[in-house]
Amino acid sequence: MTGRVLMAVALLFLLAFLASPESFAPLFEPFTRNNAPAIYTQTGLMSLTLSHLGLVLLAVIASTLIAVTLAILVTRPAGREFLPLARTVTSVGQTFPPVAVLALAVPVMGFGAGPTLVALFLYGLLPVFENALAGLTGQSPQVQEAARGMGLTPRQRLWQVELPLALPVILTGVRLTAVISLGTATIGSTVAAKTLGEVIIAGLLSSNTAFVLQGGMVVGIIAVLIYEGFQRLEQFAAARIGQG
Amino acid sequence: MIEIQNLTRIYGTTAVVKDVSLTVETGQIAALVGTSGSGKTTLLRMINRLVEPSAGRVLIDGKDTAEIEPHLLRRQIGYAIQGHGLFPHRTVAQNISTVPRLLGWTQDQHRARVDELLELFQMEPADFRDRMPHELSGGQQQRVGVARALAARPDLLLMDEPFGALDPVIRAKAQQDLRDIQRQLGTTLIIVTHDMEEAVTLGDRIAVMDKGELLQYGPPSEILTTPATSFVSDLIGTGDRPFRLLSLTPVAEIIAEGQAEGAEIPREASLRDALAECLWSGRDRLPVEGGGIVTLDSLRAQAAPTARAAE
Repeated sequence: MTGRVLMAVALLFLLAFLASPESFAPLFEPFTRNNAPAIYTQTGLMSLTLSHLGLVLLAVIASTLIAVTLAILVTRPAGREFLPLARTVTSVGQTFPPVAVLALAVPVMGFGAGPTLVALFLYGLLPVFENALAGLTGQSPQVQEAARGMGLTPRQRLWQVELPLALPVILTGVRLTAVISLGTATIGSTVAAKTLGEVIIAGLLSSNTAFVLQGGMVVGIIAVLIYEGFQRLEQFAAARIGQG
Repeated sequence: MIEIQNLTRIYGTTAVVKDVSLTVETGQIAALVGTSGSGKTTLLRMINRLVEPSAGRVLIDGKDTAEIEPHLLRRQIGYAIQGHGLFPHRTVAQNISTVPRLLGWTQDQHRARVDELLELFQMEPADFRDRMPHELSGGQQQRVGVARALAARPDLLLMDEPFGALDPVIRAKAQQDLRDIQRQLGTTLIIVTHDMEEAVTLGDRIAVMDKGELLQYGPPSEILTTPATSFVSDLIGTGDRPFRLLSLTPVAEIIAEGQAEGAEIPREASLRDALAECLWSGRDRLPVEGGGIVTLDSLRAQAAPTARAAE
């Protein structure tokens, strides 16, 4: 209950701040020096937040689609031998630093949102893939046996039994990816993607702690809200299959 | 009629099922008994082709099952397993109507069928239809599992240790209910069990398996009185033999003329029940409901295998 109230308060605070950042200026003034502005006004915070969220959303959808598809393929009898390969690919995606991806992608794709999307997509594959794999392989053998014994085709088993039962675990993976991407997206601003990183970088360049704080704060609150939201979804999905 | 002909299954170099042939008449219950690793489950799973036979074939009413697509074959055959295997994300009604929906029944048809089955298994449809499996007791889950296997009115029902996860009291009731329902529907039933007691209670025919081979196949009385090998007699357990034999016959079959004191015993009670009642109440004759008596002497005669052999 208190959790829910806290979340509501955080959401209201965030919306109020984004709607009218100027009215929060007194809050950030103590962190400025030499009469520097307390609130970043180069680009509207609201529009930065929306484009930040848009990038993350796109990247998470892409990693989820690819990672879940990959997990499905390598858990079918025909694709089982590709499991080690798929594991390697997704692990490399995770170990390769996003900054390095940006550096490599910019010469090919140019500045802007493109390289950031690629970096986030690669970075987000592993959590979803590993969780989808765990969800698809860790199912009750009796349920599988019953599904087969009643005459469901492999495709029907996948859609009607395996995926619904793996859903809570897959959602956990998506949650991890979403939260990681939300933070990582800030570095996209180094290659001119429109993200909240712009505020943070501006603050770092001009030694204005207020900018760094407000950029970090918005990202942080959104991350917590998304984390909580996904947990609700997972609990709902788990309760539906009797694991609540 | 189910004809199993020279069925063999080989994994690597070991034969899990070796050249097994047996026939189950329509409407009968065949119990496959054996220790774990005897090949009984593999034999069962070859009937609906969850395991493909290495050699031999299975005919259902004269039709070779190898000629039917496996998933289509399985939709015609009921299948219930230990631990029920209910879909945890689906309601009781959705679970039961799984096969009817695969077969393309209309919504009205499968809804009516769900209610009919829930009533058959003594579960109030309005109360149980929309529950999730985890909201049921173990006994109820097991009943829903069997109801699901019977949903599309299969002529053949396969069961793999369906009562294995139930406690003894519920198990006895579940066996009785299954027997009644099977008689009522006329379904042919093949059931795998490691429990000879269960096989004797349920089976019209018992198949005893060991190390992939079929040792003996016959009616319970034959298995009990003339076990083919020492393995079969071990499985029966010599101590329980006379009681199991008595449990096969109802009191009605050995009623004699006469009068007796005390409480009456129902006509459909087994001789084992009658013997227990005699011993417990210290009587040597019991009145039977609807007239006549059973005597301790006649019970004694029935408990010896020689009496059976002479018949």
